[in-house]
Order: sequence, then structure tokens, then C-alpha cells
Amino acid sequence: MLLNEFLLLGAALFSIGVYGVLARKNGVLVLMSIELILNAVNINMIAFGYMGGTATAVTGQVFALFIITVAAAEVGVGLAIVLLIYRNKTTVDLDDVDAMKG
Amino acid sequence: MLENVWVIPAITFASFWLILFFGKRLPFKGSEVGLFAVGLCLVLSTIAGFQWINHHSEPVKAEAGASAEAVHEPEMMRVPVDHEVTWFEIGQGKDKIKVEAGTHMDGLAVVMLFTVSVISFLVHVFSTNYMAGDRRFTHYYAALSLFTTGMFVLVTSSNTLQALFGWELMGVCSFMLIGHWWEEQKNSDAALKAFFTTRTGDIGLLVGISILFWEAGRTFDIATINAKALNGQIGHTVLVWAAVALLIAVIGKSAQFPLHTWLPDAMAGPTPVSALIHAATMVVAGVYLLARLYGVFWSGFDIGGGGINPVAVIGGTTIIIAAALAFVQTDIKKVLAYSTVSQLGYMVMALGVGAWTGAVFHFFTHAFFKALLFLGAGSVSHAVHSFDMVEDMGGLKKWMPKTFWTFIIGSLALAGVFPLAGFWSKDEILLGAGKNGYQFFMIVGLVGAFMTAAYMVRCVYLTFFGEFRGHGHPHESPAPITVPLITLAVLSVGAGLLNAPKLFGGEWFGRLVENEVFHTAQVPTHAFSVPAAVLSMAVVLTALGVAGILYFGQKLPRGVTQRSRPARVGYTFLANRYYLDHLYTGVVVGGIKGPIARAAYWVNQNILDGIVNGAGASARFFGAFIYKWIDQGAIDGAVNGSGAGAESLGQAFRRLQTGRVQQYGSLLFGATALLALALVTFVR
Repeated sequence: MLLNEFLLLGAALFSIGVYGVLARKNGVLVLMSIELILNAVNINMIAFGYMGGTATAVTGQVFALFIITVAAAEVGVGLAIVLLIYRNKTTVDLDDVDAMKG
Repeated sequence: MLENVWVIPAITFASFWLILFFGKRLPFKGSEVGLFAVGLCLVLSTIAGFQWINHHSEPVKAEAGASAEAVHEPEMMRVPVDHEVTWFEIGQGKDKIKVEAGTHMDGLAVVMLFTVSVISFLVHVFSTNYMAGDRRFTHYYAALSLFTTGMFVLVTSSNTLQALFGWELMGVCSFMLIGHWWEEQKNSDAALKAFFTTRTGDIGLLVGISILFWEAGRTFDIATINAKALNGQIGHTVLVWAAVALLIAVIGKSAQFPLHTWLPDAMAGPTPVSALIHAATMVVAGVYLLARLYGVFWSGFDIGGGGINPVAVIGGTTIIIAAALAFVQTDIKKVLAYSTVSQLGYMVMALGVGAWTGAVFHFFTHAFFKALLFLGAGSVSHAVHSFDMVEDMGGLKKWMPKTFWTFIIGSLALAGVFPLAGFWSKDEILLGAGKNGYQFFMIVGLVGAFMTAAYMVRCVYLTFFGEFRGHGHPHESPAPITVPLITLAVLSVGAGLLNAPKLFGGEWFGRLVENEVFHTAQVPTHAFSVPAAVLSMAVVLTALGVAGILYFGQKLPRGVTQRSRPARVGYTFLANRYYLDHLYTGVVVGGIKGPIARAAYWVNQNILDGIVNGAGASARFFGAFIYKWIDQGAIDGAVNGSGAGAESLGQAFRRLQTGRVQQYGSLLFGATALLALALVTFVR
């Protein structure tokens, strides 16, 4: 197995995630796209951790576990925000959430 | 006690502050503090007196040519007690001047201390009733305490600088007390007049102290100054000037001619204050200064030489002119005031003719009978609510027996009737004048004695005899007023005997007070002379008889001032007090005031106004320039510019703030991508 294949997978996943974040109008789908980005990073971490350096060091894997944990918390907060937006505006369309317009 | 006599002024000074701060909250409005403090001082100064009587004494160093007629055999002198601390030091090395503060206790100081305490205490007692219910009762007692402090500081002082403090303290307090009822313009004017007139004399004191400070080897110490003045270490010309300067101070403070005009006006104050001012403090301060710095006067004016000298002339003039003025007064207090001026003239004249002991003794006895007379006048006015003898008094003998009899005793003592106090002291002065080569002043003194006796007959007659001319029913005063009167009456009878021959070992008082200066200067002493005493008694009795016939016998020619032109002129002259007040306020003050005021006005209009206006105009021009260019142009421009800049910048950035999260996200990712590209490209 080559490292490049994993990195290509990560890059593809990351790009799909970015696209989702920037292009989707639904708030829940944007959160899901953020998850994709995070998991793309996780794949890179594990790949570097497995392929590079000493085999016994599991720094990359541990880092990925941390990211998954933090991502879970992030989703909790994000979904709560989306829920509150829905309660206030009865929509989750991000184009309608422009109260910060200058 | 002689060592630590400083506690006496300290007590009254503390009492002043206590009354000032806490007096109003106390049950007796602060009077109890004053009474207690002065009572304590009386006890302490009595103790000091007894200690002085039993004090260690040593023979006077006999010098060749000592006075032939020495009375005291062998001459003994008590050693003065000094207690000094360093007050402050100026300069360094050789030029260092050490100024000391301290007390110098000799017979003179002890006697003054005792007399001041007695009079002040009785005045405090008297005032509890006389001033009861007064609006500023507490402040009155505070000022009395401070006044007494001033006199204590002066009499115990060992140096001239400290004496000056006491002297000025009294000046301030007399101002406060004379103007006690300042709501009336008349009283406040009198207070100002007293203050300014005595200040005029104080210039002399400052000059005199300064001259003596430099000439006596940079010292304020009174003993040193006296010693150097007497043994010729200070040049004669300098001494003359110093003595003249100090004499001016004495004239101002002791109300001598021609600066006596303030004292009768000072009657505007409460009567007990007048008693205090006239008997124990303030006016006798001048006499005390004269007696204390006697070495300077003795050498400067050559008092021992006989003939004539300024001190005697001032004193003699004052005796006669003040006694003459006492005849035309209708206000009982003013009669007594002029009497005080006249008696102070006696003391000053006595010092001028070399009768030092006589002067001090006359101060001692005069304090008692003059305080008695003033408090008696206060008691009378308490009953009839007026001081006018002609309009509101008469026949008070019936209603006020205690006041009447004590007043009679005081008057006889003042007139100098044997054996009351005034007789002994006046006799000693006249004897001294006669034997020291001042025969002219002895005659002046006898004329003064004649006039004194006569005007007191007039005063007593108008007040206590004849028909009552006032309104209402007069009544005898209560105990706080009569007890001091009786005490003072006893003292007025007995005080003179202290210096009588053949009593207490003969001239006891003289031996008590005669101090170092007295002995160093070899001031002559004279034994009691029966012919001189008979002569002065004859004069006094004639005066009493003549005046008695004129007043009591109704032989006084009525309307003499209307019928006789010279009498009218004389009366007008006296009633206007020799036009001295007109001279001072009209000619001297007016003459100086007018040109000075005009010059000051010119300077004000032309020079000062020019400067002020010029300064104003240039400041205005400068201000306008600043306003127009710097403030409006530069500062406002900067402020407005930054505001406008911030606004347009804000407008520019506003477009970025669309509120769309995904647009922000795109920018973020775009920017990050660019940075990453740059990182990858340029950082290797």
C-alpha cells in the first residue's frame, strides 16, 4: 500500500466536504460536510501515523481519536444552533440567516 | 515652681483650646474650664510667690560709690531662677545664632504673675454672672483665657522675642474682647482703633528689639541686654535710639500721651474685660516692658542724672492731661479709663525719675483698686443698665450698699488716702521724684494727686448720692459680682502695707522685687519720709475737701460754661479730648490718606490698568489666533478627518458584511488556500 492512495482519498473527501460547506443551503448538510472535512483529516493522520516513522508510535491514531471526540462535541453544539435557528425562523436555509448583514 | 513656671501660661493656653472646641457642650458653656484653669494658675503663682520669699539670696556685690542712702542693711538679693531650652538655631559655625525660649523668674516676674492671676481669676468669677446669657459667652471665656496667657508669656519671658509673642497675643485678644459686641458699629470701630493704635507703638518695639539684638551680640536674652547696657558694652547713641523705640512701644501699649486715645474708646468692651485690660494685662504690659528692660532706659536716658528725660516727660504729661479729661466725662467707665491713663502716667513717670520700686509697687496696688472700681462700675451698670452717670444714676447708695462701700474704698485708695494702698505707692513715687533730682515732676505728681482725688469725688457723688435719675428699681448685684468686689476691697486696703516701713521687717515688698538690674544700676532707694507723706496727704485731703464742698454742698456754680467764655472754651477743648482724635483721623490719617489715595488711584488707572488691559488684549489676540488656526484648523481638522476617514473605510468594508455565512466561509477557504499555496511555493 502506498501512502499516496490514502492521501488522495483524504484530499477527495476534503474537497467534497468544502464543497458541501460552501454550496449547500441546508444547515444540517453543512454540518455533515464539516464532518467530512474532519474525517478527511483523520484519514491523513492515521495514514501518516501508520506509514511514517516508527511502527510502535501511535501518535497519529491517538490524534484521530481526539478529533473524533471533539467533532462529536462540535456536532452537538452545531445541531443545537441549527435547532434554535429553526425555532426562531422556521427554516434551516442558511441564505435566510443574514442578521449580521452590514 | 520657679523652675517650671512655664506650666502657668501652658495651662491657660490649653484652657483656651478646650473652651474653643468643647466649651459649648459643657454644662456651664466653658466658663468652668476657664475658672478652673485660672484658679489653678492662681494657686501655682501663689506657690511660686512663697518659694520666692524663701528663695536663696546672696549679698549684692558692693561696688565703690554705692548709693549712700541705702535702706536695706545688709543688702540681699534673691538669685533669679532661669529655665531655658533652645528654641531654634540659625546659621552655621561662627555666625550661628541660638535663640532660646525660657522663663526668667525674679521678684518683678513673681509679683506680676501673682497680680495677673488674682485679677484674672476675679474677673472670671465676676463674668459668670455679668456675661450670663451672652450670645458669645463661650468665645468670651476662650478669649479671656488667651488674653491671660499672653500676659503670662510676657511676664515670665526670658527674652525679648518671646515677650513679643505675649505682647502681640494680648493685642489680638484685646481686639477680640473690645469688639465682643461687634454688631454695633461703635464697638467694632473701638476695637479697630485699639488694635491700630497699639500696632503703631509695636513698630517701636520691633525696631527696639532688633537694635538690641544686634548690639548686644546677637541675643534676645533680657538679662544679657540689661547687663551689657549697664556696663557700657553697648554704645550710648545706640542705646538712646533703642530706648526711644521701646518708649514708643510703651506709649502705644500703656496708652501714654499722645497715643492714649484708644483706651477710653476701649470701654466699648464688656466691663470685666475693661477691668482686666486696665488692671492686670495689656496696658501694664508697657510699664512692665519699661521696668524689665530698665537697664536700657537707665543708661540710654541717663535717668540717674536727674533733670529731665523723655520717659518722665511722657509720664508727667499723661498724668495731667488724662486727669483733666476725667472731669468732663459723663460715662462712669470713661472716668475710670482716663483715671487709668493718668495712673499709668504715674508708673511711667516713676520709672522715668528712677523710682523703680515705686513704679512696680504702684502697678501692684493699682491693679487691685482699679479692678475694684471697674467691677464696681460693672455692678452699677448691671443694676441701672447704663453707664451714664448724669442721666441714669444718682442715689444708688441706698440700693447697692455693698457696691457703694467697696467703690468708696477703691476711690479712696486711688486718691491715695492713708493708709489705703494708693497712698503708699504714690508716696514712694513722689518721694523718689523729689530726691532723685526731679523736683518738677514731684510737683506734677502732686497736682495729679489733687486732680485724682477731685474727679473721684465727682464720680462718686454723681453715681451714689443725690436723687436717682434713672428708670426702674435698681437692686444689689448677686454674689458672683459682690464677692470679687469685697475681695478686691480687702486687697485695696491691705496691699499698701506690704511696703510700709517697720512692717514685715520694713519695706518688705521692695526687698522682694528689687532685681539684678536694679542693683547693678544702683537705683537709689529712699526711706519713708514723714514730711513728704504729710505733704501728699495734705494735697489729697484738700482736694477731697474742695471737691466735697463743691459737689455735696451744692456750691458748684451752675451753668458756668454758659456764662463764662474761657470756661466754655476750656470745656469744649476737654470735651473734644484736646482734638487729638481729630488730629489723628482728620489731619494725620486724612493728610496721608488723601495724597496716597490719589497717587494710588493714578497708579491704578494709568499703570496697573495699562498693564492689566495690555495683558488682557494680548491674551485675547493670542487666544483668537489659537482658536482660529490651531483649534479650528489643525485639531478639529485632525479630529474630523479621522472621523470621516473611519466612516468611509467603514462604508467600504460594509460591503463585505453580507451576513451570509457561506460567503464568509468561501473567503476563509480562498484565503487559506492562497496562503497554503504561497507557503508551498516560497517556503522550502
